[in-house]
Amino acid sequence: MYVWIWHHLPGPLALRLVETLVLLLAVVALLMFVVFPIVEPHLPLNQVTVPKQHK
Amino acid sequence: MGQHTWGAVMEPPAPPPEKPAKSVGDHIRTTLRGIGQTLITGGLVVLLFVVYEVYVTTWFTHREQTKLKHEITKEYAAGIDPLLQLPDGSYPNLKLGEGIGNILIPRLGRDFDWAIVEGSSDSQLDKGPGHYVGTALPGEVGNFAVAGHRVGKGEPFLNLDHLKPGDTVIVETEKAWFVYKVKGLDNNSISKKDDDGIPGREIVSSDDGGPLYPVPDHPGLAPTEKLITLTTCHPKFSASHRMIVYGVLAQKIPQTADFSMPETVKALYGQVS
Repeated sequence: MYVWIWHHLPGPLALRLVETLVLLLAVVALLMFVVFPIVEPHLPLNQVTVPKQHK
Repeated sequence: MGQHTWGAVMEPPAPPPEKPAKSVGDHIRTTLRGIGQTLITGGLVVLLFVVYEVYVTTWFTHREQTKLKHEITKEYAAGIDPLLQLPDGSYPNLKLGEGIGNILIPRLGRDFDWAIVEGSSDSQLDKGPGHYVGTALPGEVGNFAVAGHRVGKGEPFLNLDHLKPGDTVIVETEKAWFVYKVKGLDNNSISKKDDDGIPGREIVSSDDGGPLYPVPDHPGLAPTEKLITLTTCHPKFSASHRMIVYGVLAQKIPQTADFSMPETVKALYGQVS
């Protein structure tokens, strides 16, 4: 997959390196700001409340 | 020698040789490489998630805290009390997701000063420690219950287990500074029950709602004390249990004219040993 992407990036080597960096940052941003915030509440990691009892 | 001669002759380059048909070995290699890359990618994503959980959520939370603090300061300056109670018993200014006051714990440092948000669902706790809706308010008879994250999201209650019997937990509202003292004083042991049947600290299972009763763990009993209950996850990074710390109101100090910290409260910071 990575080889395929590298072969399909246009431009000379220097430009390809920059493009790689931009792609990488885009993927990280997508994960940090969109995917993780959606997934996180469903993971049993960080629940800090106790359930409310019916009085 | 022969090679040298070949290089010197300027012949048009030969057409590239046709790609040899992929062997079974090639297919296996491609598949294995694909699996390997996928696994490495998965590992990196998990590592990134840890960075997100511990650092990025904290960054988000601090941004929300700044907003909350700003809102509270503005309300106080305008004479608006988020905890204002009308004669009919309602609280018109109490809104989910908005700040109700501040919590300070000298044991956890001079910079431990968090705005408390109304509500304890995920979206509210993302902003900071959250007040369980329906439990008592600061200084009221009953149980003022607050939940806070222990890992990530600013981790306000990361070191809640450092609290000792008698340590102060200060809640600042528009009207007053309420000084609660962590229980466990009577027995000089934080996990043993005081005379009223409530310990300074306990670990309960995640489905145990006992800590939220007006008299914690005593359903049906009418409250006489003014208590504070802090809940967080236990152990760290786990959802299996909850750590609960209880305190009882020891002192109520009127709010100052300019909402600065009263001397009596400042003195509490000197008492941390």
